[in-house]
Amino acid sequence: MSWFMPFRRRKSASVARERLQILLTHERGADNHSNLIPLLREEVLAAVAKYVTVDVDKVQVKIDRGKEISLLEIDIEIPCDPEPSSLKRRDRTSRAARSQRLAVSSAH
Amino acid sequence: MAQVVVVTSGKGGVGKTTTSAALGAALAQTGERVAVVDFAGLRNLDLVMGAERRVVYDLIYVTQGTVKLSQALIRDKRLETLYLLAASQTRDKDALTDEGVAKVIAELRETFDWVICDSPAGIERGSTLAMRHADVAVVVTNPEVSSVRDSDRIIGLLDAKTDSARGEHMDKHLLITRYNPVRAGRGDMLNVDDVIDILSLPLLGIIPESDEVLRASNLGSPVTINNPKSAPARAYSDAARRLMGEDIPMDFPTDRSGIFSKLFGRKAA
Ligand SMILES: Nc1ncnc2c1ncn2[C@@H]1O[C@H](COP(=O)(O)OP(=O)(O)OP(=O)(O)O)[C@@H](O)[C@H]1O
Ligand SMILES: [Mg+2]
Repeated sequence: MSWFMPFRRRKSASVARERLQILLTHERGADNHSNLIPLLREEVLAAVAKYVTVDVDKVQVKIDRGKEISLLEIDIEIPCDPEPSSLKRRDRTSRAARSQRLAVSSAH
Repeated sequence: MAQVVVVTSGKGGVGKTTTSAALGAALAQTGERVAVVDFAGLRNLDLVMGAERRVVYDLIYVTQGTVKLSQALIRDKRLETLYLLAASQTRDKDALTDEGVAKVIAELRETFDWVICDSPAGIERGSTLAMRHADVAVVVTNPEVSSVRDSDRIIGLLDAKTDSARGEHMDKHLLITRYNPVRAGRGDMLNVDDVIDILSLPLLGIIPESDEVLRASNLGSPVTINNPKSAPARAYSDAARRLMGEDIPMDFPTDRSGIFSKLFGRKAA
């Protein structure tokens, strides 16, 4: 009679279990304690800022923490007309701004 | 005009976080732009909303001006007008200042139609901070003596803590959650009328006790998204529409452990 209920219940509980495992791995792990994300953000920004002017308010940092890997996205809006002339030619093709996406994977 | 709603209670564990997520999602489902903000002492709302893997910046980063509001808001994956601002997990709670909160709320008011503030129970710092800037309070109460008593105390506090500069009383609503029709039928649970009578607040809704709520939180999806047809989801959606000013007749949860439920060995949803 109630054959499908235990199955359904197990399903949501096992999703809960997996979500918690992923979350706790991260909360106990390196990316929590060493401030990994702010650090990466700063160093990546510093590297980009060597070549173009970066408006820190226009930087979007996103993360998707996964079981095996996490995806860190740092979206940096680069103005059309960056200072160093070496970059000028390539960027002329862009419209208002270009967005460079950087993906960093970290294994767990 | 943006409405700032604080979801509050005297007693802990009565369903504030569940309510914040469900009401926020229900409002967003009607196309309203909604930000749900976690003022709670322990970060929880992100889990209930299924965004826990995506939190980078929290409320304190924004109040301190480390990042812009837009950089900390997490957009819901299912509803595009629903956003979350997470609570700080580890950082010093005293870092949350009144001025900082005032600034963030003012900025949220510009972008959103609704700002739903989940808060800790009682008179914790986060709770009073969120109260001060709210236009509307939803007092979450279980039909049970200690919860009703503590709600009474929080109602008194709401008037005392409201931003006096606005010179007006806060609009307060009562939301009864975890209502169990079976127990009510047996006479083992405080009656809805009695609760309203004691607290004398207008009733925003009655949310039945339901396994759907647990299932939704397991999956990280507000119950109004996860199973919109379920009894708790319908009750939350009605409550959301009452918040929007619609006149929706109160649907009294009844004991539905009838023939269908018995056949399938199901408890009353
Ligand atoms: N209508 C309901 N039916 C069944 N369970 C519910 C219902 N509402 C809430 N719960 C459950 O009650 C528990 C507490 O809910 P919740 O976390 O929303 O409370 P809270 O008021 O935010 O707690 P706290 O004061 O600790 O922040 C959770 O396990 C939740 O799933
Ligand atoms: Mg809570």
